Amino acid sequence: MNFDDTPQEAAFRAEAKAWIQANAPKQYEEELRKSSLGRTVLKGANILEVAKAWQKKKADAGWACLHWPKEYGGRGASPIERVIWQQEEGPFGKLSGMFIIGHGMCGPTMMAFAGEEQKRKYLPPLASGEKVWCQLFSEPAGGSDVAGLRTRAEKKGDDWIINGQKIWTSGAHYSDYGILLTRTDPTVPKHKGLTMFFLDMKSPGVEVRPIKQASGQSDFNEVYFTDVKIPDSQRLGAVNDGWNVSLTTLMNERMSIGAGVATGFPELFDFCNSLMLEDGPAIEDRSVRSRLANYAVKASGLRYTSMRAISALSKGERPGPENSIGKLVAGSMVQEVAMYALDLQGAAGVLSGPEDAEVAGKFQAMLLRAPGTRVEGGTDEIMRNIIAERVLGLPGDIRVDKDVPFNQIPTKGRA
Amino acid sequence: MNFDFSDDQKQMRDAARKFLAEQCPPKAVREVLDGKAAYDKKLWQGLAEMGFLGVAIPEEFGGAGAGHLELCVIAEEMGRANAPVPFSSTVYLAAEALLLAGSDAQKRKWLPKIASGEAIGTLALFEGKGNPSSKAIKLQASGGTLSGVKKPVPDGAIADFAVVAARTGSSGRDSDISLFLVDLKAGGVEVKSLTNVDPTRGQAELAFKNAKAEPLGAAGEGWSILTQVLDRAAVLLAFEQVGGSDRALEMGRDYALDRIAFGRPIGSFQAVKHILADMYVSATLARSNCYYGAWALSTNASELPEAAAAARISATQAFQHCSKNNIQVHGGMGFTWEFDCHMYYRRANATALTLGSLSYWEDQLIDRMRKKNAA
Ligand SMILES: Cc1cc2nc3c(=O)[nH]c(=O)nc-3n(C[C@H](O)[C@H](O)[C@H](O)COP(=O)(O)OP(=O)(O)OC[C@H]3O[C@@H](n4cnc5c(N)ncnc54)[C@H](O)[C@@H]3O)c2cc1C
Repeated sequence: MNFDDTPQEAAFRAEAKAWIQANAPKQYEEELRKSSLGRTVLKGANILEVAKAWQKKKADAGWACLHWPKEYGGRGASPIERVIWQQEEGPFGKLSGMFIIGHGMCGPTMMAFAGEEQKRKYLPPLASGEKVWCQLFSEPAGGSDVAGLRTRAEKKGDDWIINGQKIWTSGAHYSDYGILLTRTDPTVPKHKGLTMFFLDMKSPGVEVRPIKQASGQSDFNEVYFTDVKIPDSQRLGAVNDGWNVSLTTLMNERMSIGAGVATGFPELFDFCNSLMLEDGPAIEDRSVRSRLANYAVKASGLRYTSMRAISALSKGERPGPENSIGKLVAGSMVQEVAMYALDLQGAAGVLSGPEDAEVAGKFQAMLLRAPGTRVEGGTDEIMRNIIAERVLGLPGDIRVDKDVPFNQIPTKGRA
Repeated sequence: MNFDFSDDQKQMRDAARKFLAEQCPPKAVREVLDGKAAYDKKLWQGLAEMGFLGVAIPEEFGGAGAGHLELCVIAEEMGRANAPVPFSSTVYLAAEALLLAGSDAQKRKWLPKIASGEAIGTLALFEGKGNPSSKAIKLQASGGTLSGVKKPVPDGAIADFAVVAARTGSSGRDSDISLFLVDLKAGGVEVKSLTNVDPTRGQAELAFKNAKAEPLGAAGEGWSILTQVLDRAAVLLAFEQVGGSDRALEMGRDYALDRIAFGRPIGSFQAVKHILADMYVSATLARSNCYYGAWALSTNASELPEAAAAARISATQAFQHCSKNNIQVHGGMGFTWEFDCHMYYRRANATALTLGSLSYWEDQLIDRMRKKNAA
């Protein structure tokens, strides 16, 4: 067991540090440092442009998508080098937010299922941030039950014709490409009639409508498909094998979301260190300390759990379903942390304007974003199911739709 | 970076698990639980023969000289088996105090006896209610003798010697405290067994009446040594707690697979599955905190105080969480004496208090994080 860098790791760290020092967009460092879940704003700048510029610069110098193979725009780095990079990138890493879906989910799916020529064409501009990708899975009728989706794909000559609707698609409004899960056979049980594609979001018939979220922001969208044409060459995996393809995506989703989810603990610790209560500094209050300690050990437990996962990865083990733990724990923790930070402020905790709110409304923003964290990428309940069934080996839920052809599954709860 | 035990250490774990599965089945734990013996003597000798008692004791003092990572591995298995032996008091407390502060002669006298299973040791710190605090220590040292009462003392009724915290000054500071070594068989100490939540690990009252004592470590250094001993023991005990958590989770999982209600295994009900998933989560977070603690302990890193408190808190929470929910998953069966669930529940709740309560360690953690932040 060893936490220190090996000489190679130390050399990598020094190289990364020097490059970041010389190239990062320092003018945004302070704002990025202060930003937290639900709140990343750069005054007087378009964050998408800043993020793309930083990503491109990284890619040109060989620092983008570190763990991807070089020929697809990455660096072929080890999992541990990736962690070292993240540590050194610090607040500038927050600029990668809009690439998470592309880099964490679409990229690995393309790598596993696209043809060699396509990989060489599409992956490098994805790695460099020039092209942004989104994940078109969820539908009004198919969120947790992904396989319940209805968007149809019908074969016509060498093309497929897509009709239907996706929803909650993060980043679709600025995406260039997307991976799309469709129904190709409604007469068989639901998991057996799905097919995966990737498509150009500028294709005729694709309409993206931003949705205003509960947080007041608009990061996700409805996406409508009307007779959208996708060449068969953009199919990922076999016809009607889309479920298996999507499992690759979802597994990677858990890995990349799980490792990076904010817990809110560092923010809360700093806050309690500076906040004055009636009887003195908050951090000297026994009940505050007890709450803080509880959050502290969850945050450190998650941090070291992901280090264990990385150690396993670097020994060649595959990421398993146990990685669901990160999102499950961090999601509800960040929500509790935000509520607690507001509670400590008493009546003034409701104020969210940067002038009136403590630490410029950071915790209010966190509070309003947190519910989404517990839903996106699989709800808490789905995560618990995964742990129970796939890690602990408990029986699967009883599935009443298991052997029923998709078009005979009831569509309304209360008939 | 490599955040895992080595293959050798894992082999040692497998050996310990196999040994304990054979030598320490629940039946053996029950002998002690039911009061038929104070501890499992045969198991204790077996542990000595396997070299487990002296794993972290240097070879020159009769140990295996392996190290603290290896001791963490053994500790986890001791917890998993709920072993009814004075392992934590002898190995984590007494031996660690000797290793940290003992003179060469003291080490030579006691460490080989610990490693061979001849001597049981303990730490006499508490004097009634409360958490570790120099102010709470009233037991007085004068002219090479000790007078006062210590309780609860873990495994105090079966111990051969004790490391005793005593008052040697009156300045009101931590430097008033010094440590002493007392041979409990030499007279001057009245020993009384106390009933407690977990009879598989005894508690006692030790009344010192001008008992002969020799200093352990420099005068006035007692509190500083104790703090280090407690931190080291916190990591080791946390591994026991993680072992116990895992076992409780396993028991719950196995029962959920076998028990049928409403025509299906109860493990197919989502409410039950989610209880078990949450047990897994708490055990996993604790294990990860423990690994960090193990690293800090084995390298004597400056992070040890913080890492130890974090390991202690999260392992305490995990073991309490897993052991109580194991009973819940077992339903009425879980509440019977006959099922083993309560042995883990007892151990979890007793262990949660033996080095000071959860809230004490929470306080310590934040204190230490704050100091680090300020530095
Ligand atoms: C911020 C945000 C961003 C998102 N981004 C994307 C994206 O980019 N691409 C994309 O495809 N999707 C995206 N989603 C959609 C997301 O994946 C789904 O919202 C999520 O999987 C839940 O599905 P649902 O909304 O249909 O809820 P439902 O499935 O209707 O769930 C409602 C409730 O029922 C519970 N439930 C459902 N099934 C079970 C079960 N089997 N056992 C126990 N409880 C159950 C759920 O836990 C939940 O509490 C995003 C969502 C959010 C909030």
